[in-house]
Amino acid sequence: MKYTFDFASLQEYWPEFLRGALMTLEMTVIACVFGLVIGVLCAIGRRGKRKWLAALCGAYVEVVRNTPYLIQIFFIFFGLSSAGLRLPIFAAAVLTMVFNVGAYTAEIVRAGMDTIHPGQIEAAEALGLSVPQIYWDVILRPSLERVYPSLTGQFVLMMLSSSVTSQISAEELTGVANSVQSESFRSFETFIVVAGLYFVLAMLLKLAFHLFGQAIFPRRRRLGTPL
Amino acid sequence: MSAVVKLHDIHKSFGSVEVLKGVSFEIDKGEVVAIIGRSGSGKSTALRCINRLETIQSGTLEVCGHRIDHADLDLRALRQDVGMVFQSYNLFPHLTVEENITLAPRRVKKLPTRDARALALSSLERVGLAEKIDAYPEQLSGGQQQRVAIARSLAMQPKVMLFDEVTSALDPQLTGEVLRVMEILAQGGMTMAVVTHEMAFARRVADRVIFMHQGRVWETGPGAMLDDPQTPELRAFLANGL
Amino acid sequence: MGGSFTINHLVYLLQGMMWTVVLSALAFLLGSVAGFGVMLMRTARTRLLRQISFVYVQVIQGTPLLIVLFVVYFGLGVVGIELPPLLAAGVSLMVYCSAFLGEIWRGCVESVPRTQWEAAEGLALTRWQTLVDVILPQAARIATPPTVGFLVQVLKSTSLASVVGFVELTRAAQVVNNSLFTPFLVFGIAGVLYFALCYPLSRWSRSLERKLNVGRRQAA
Repeated sequence: MKYTFDFASLQEYWPEFLRGALMTLEMTVIACVFGLVIGVLCAIGRRGKRKWLAALCGAYVEVVRNTPYLIQIFFIFFGLSSAGLRLPIFAAAVLTMVFNVGAYTAEIVRAGMDTIHPGQIEAAEALGLSVPQIYWDVILRPSLERVYPSLTGQFVLMMLSSSVTSQISAEELTGVANSVQSESFRSFETFIVVAGLYFVLAMLLKLAFHLFGQAIFPRRRRLGTPL
Repeated sequence: MSAVVKLHDIHKSFGSVEVLKGVSFEIDKGEVVAIIGRSGSGKSTALRCINRLETIQSGTLEVCGHRIDHADLDLRALRQDVGMVFQSYNLFPHLTVEENITLAPRRVKKLPTRDARALALSSLERVGLAEKIDAYPEQLSGGQQQRVAIARSLAMQPKVMLFDEVTSALDPQLTGEVLRVMEILAQGGMTMAVVTHEMAFARRVADRVIFMHQGRVWETGPGAMLDDPQTPELRAFLANGL
Repeated sequence: MGGSFTINHLVYLLQGMMWTVVLSALAFLLGSVAGFGVMLMRTARTRLLRQISFVYVQVIQGTPLLIVLFVVYFGLGVVGIELPPLLAAGVSLMVYCSAFLGEIWRGCVESVPRTQWEAAEGLALTRWQTLVDVILPQAARIATPPTVGFLVQVLKSTSLASVVGFVELTRAAQVVNNSLFTPFLVFGIAGVLYFALCYPLSRWSRSLERKLNVGRRQAA
């Protein structure tokens, strides 16, 4: 059977695609910001002296990393609504993303913290810095600079994974694609277009992270060497 | 002369290994004390107890009026009074020389940002590295990094400075530049405790030398004691080098 | 909604779990073969091969697996190739695995010191002989921990096959939940079953990596 591609009939849906892509970006940015905060706190918790907190943080990381994101989405979304808590879909989708990316971030940040030499912390102690100051200036800042590539790589993966939130009817790019293909009967073309859009989003995100990294890590900008 | 550092009968163990077995000595204001001994003699541990990087099990320890063995010790106030320079420099690799030097003054002493550069510059001038103010640690030689570490410590205007084998990681040709900086500090009246393997430096610069052996102060005296050791242990130590 | 969770529901979930394992194995085996090809192309001497494989990897890694799945499932269906859900999911996952495994293995091959290639060339081995007899045995040691780690990714990714109606563990859980509407329980159990599959692999991967690092430090 011969198949004729018809991308032209998708043109009228262009604004829809764009809206979906923007929502994907928006969800990703929010999820990454909150995920980073949770990840950093969790990484600190895992290093801390309180055994129960370290165990709790460790369990969270392992559970998230060893179960599918889709199951996490269903558990959180349907679970919460069965408990009577009906979140708007956008909020629910972002919540599952934060929950997911927070654990991966925690693991990456922890690996970064493990590379900080104990002598660095001793030097900071000897200079009279307080514990929070040491955490921020001597542990976190260089750790984040060191793991920045894997961290942002994880964020790009999160952006791609967010397509799964279409399964709870989030109106992001994949969700838009689903409704477009059922209206236009051009499933193949629709998903090829959307694949292309995701690819563009991924490249844009990588570029943005690169520029952002240059802006916040002057050492990397000036020397161009990894820390 | 009043003593600014007083150790009395200090005991310290790592697990079941007792590394300090009743160490006592004092350091007067403006005095330069060199602490020598084999590795494992407890000399670095004793030094690290002075700014409480190590906690002690028993004994009394007073530094610049801070009672280090007391529970209500203000640790950060102590550390503002005591500077420390490490064998492995421990500069912060993600910060420039200026940021390394001004980090603690800005954070701890709330130094305004506009005054930070001037402070960095004046500290660097004392170690002869003003031109490296904007460099990153990895762009410096080991000797230069160690001099920046000294400048970083100086910027906090400590009353006492501790030096923990600061030249041991350096090539012989880089050792000299660091020792010269330390000698100038000593001449300027800084109170210094120097754990070192540089016997020539100890002999020439130190007001007093403490020889530690097996967790105890074994022999003590002026720099000249190195030319006339009283105990067989010090004699053996000097004869065998390290 | 109605009824409570019974042993029959559990059996149904376990059957789904079995299909998750089957699909994972299929995806991993097919993906390994294709991934090996990707690795060969990525490290080839011919520039064009390197470029083609580079673009392939970039595109697959820059597209959600779910979209790859839709393209394969709907696309091939429209073109007239009717794929059963298992095969559609298998093919999509194969594509996905090939890009990631190809990249992982390329990194391992390139981490073998350049001098090993030169030494083998000096002994008049062909490029293929060098690869098979000298480089791959060394690269394989380095490649084992991340490859085992990637297996966890594959297992988790198979949950997306539920979207095209293949009844693996996630789909089975959805079906059970639709009749009982006890999502915390049903998806909780599904999560535990996935965890039971993935966690041992994660641990294994980490311990392999630790051993490798210890070995390297002792060698150095």
